[in-house]
Amino acid sequence: MNQLDYEYLRKLLKDHSGLDLSADKQYLIESRLLPLARKASLADIGELVQKLKGGSSIIIRQVVEAMTTNETFFFRDKVPFDHFRESIMPEMIKARANRKNIRIWCAAGSTGQEPYSLAMCVREMNAALGGWRVEIVATDISQEVLEKSKAGIYSQFEVQRGLPIQMLVKYFKQNGEIWQINPDIRAMVQHKQLNLLHDFSQLGVFDIIFCRNVLIYFDQETKIGIFGRLAKIMEPDGFLVLGAAETVVGLTEAFKPFPDRRGLYRPSGTAGVAGKAGAMTWPKVPAIARL
Amino acid sequence: MRTCLVVDDSSVIRKVARRILEGLDFQIVEAEDGEKALEICKRGLPDAVLLDWNMPVMDGYEFLGNLRRLPGGDQPKVVFCTTENDIDHISRALHAGANEYIMKPFDKDIVAAKFQQVGLIDQMQPAST
Repeated sequence: MNQLDYEYLRKLLKDHSGLDLSADKQYLIESRLLPLARKASLADIGELVQKLKGGSSIIIRQVVEAMTTNETFFFRDKVPFDHFRESIMPEMIKARANRKNIRIWCAAGSTGQEPYSLAMCVREMNAALGGWRVEIVATDISQEVLEKSKAGIYSQFEVQRGLPIQMLVKYFKQNGEIWQINPDIRAMVQHKQLNLLHDFSQLGVFDIIFCRNVLIYFDQETKIGIFGRLAKIMEPDGFLVLGAAETVVGLTEAFKPFPDRRGLYRPSGTAGVAGKAGAMTWPKVPAIARL
Repeated sequence: MRTCLVVDDSSVIRKVARRILEGLDFQIVEAEDGEKALEICKRGLPDAVLLDWNMPVMDGYEFLGNLRRLPGGDQPKVVFCTTENDIDHISRALHAGANEYIMKPFDKDIVAAKFQQVGLIDQMQPAST
């Protein structure tokens, strides 16, 4: 691949997805885009770039999807889900005792492993959540991975990476080497296509946002912008969960780290918009109910 | 260093498992059937057992029952590793006291994930992208 083609692809990906490739990611482009080029009967990346310059929105979308689809697995990194069970949900169950409604957003839901891991955690807490409504919204830039997520169908390899065997037995149906998550768990997750670079205020206000392993691909300015917009659609006492290699420190004042819980953040109140946005969607909950 | 007993009648599988588990800082003891594995456990309990199901002399399921009846035999974490990948076998294994279950074929990521699941190893390395 020549340097001009590489620069063209870098800029295209940056403009369409925010993906910020460093100058040495030629191998990544080739490994992800060559199969796509071949599928479209194009000889190489050069021909693919020519086609992209023609402005076909379908091929642009395919390129963006191929480059932004990332590996995931059930209960990835484990710790965030321990936080979810042991810190976030117990506190939210107290804070939302009147409203009995908790809204969770997986901002890079990918092929469903993260939202369904959360859904299974919620299901395991059924005893404490009788009469509650827990919404899980999974978004991703790629329509293709969202379709896979909706179907909830996983290979034997995929269900063995991070998913406790007891949960596999309890929440999946087997069909040979294919496993499908049960309809009641699938029904707990709503799917929507969304580019984090675009406005996401239409999703409403959330109590808990999982935004893991996606910001690492953005440049600093884009990250700062996303943090600012996340703060605006988050309840003042909500929780933000980031990936192991991500932080707000040095980027934004809108969130502050939660003590002794790596990867967990809360709005610092400086954004000042969260409260107002919350009041539009939900009846005002007296402050005392949040204690 | 923690110890893991690898029980499988295939020397190839034992070798693959040994390489993966040594990479996770386990000291490995091997046995080719359930009876030999039980003898080893009677002399000293390992921290973990990676256990095949179908083996001559004594199969993995019978070994597990015997292990759990030994004094302190409830302590080792037992992870099945077998081609028996239907839900009936998995349920039986869990009922008999297995802690985790790997369906063959397996790789390092799966072994690491399952061993992390039962608390035998700490946080996995973040996946490279």
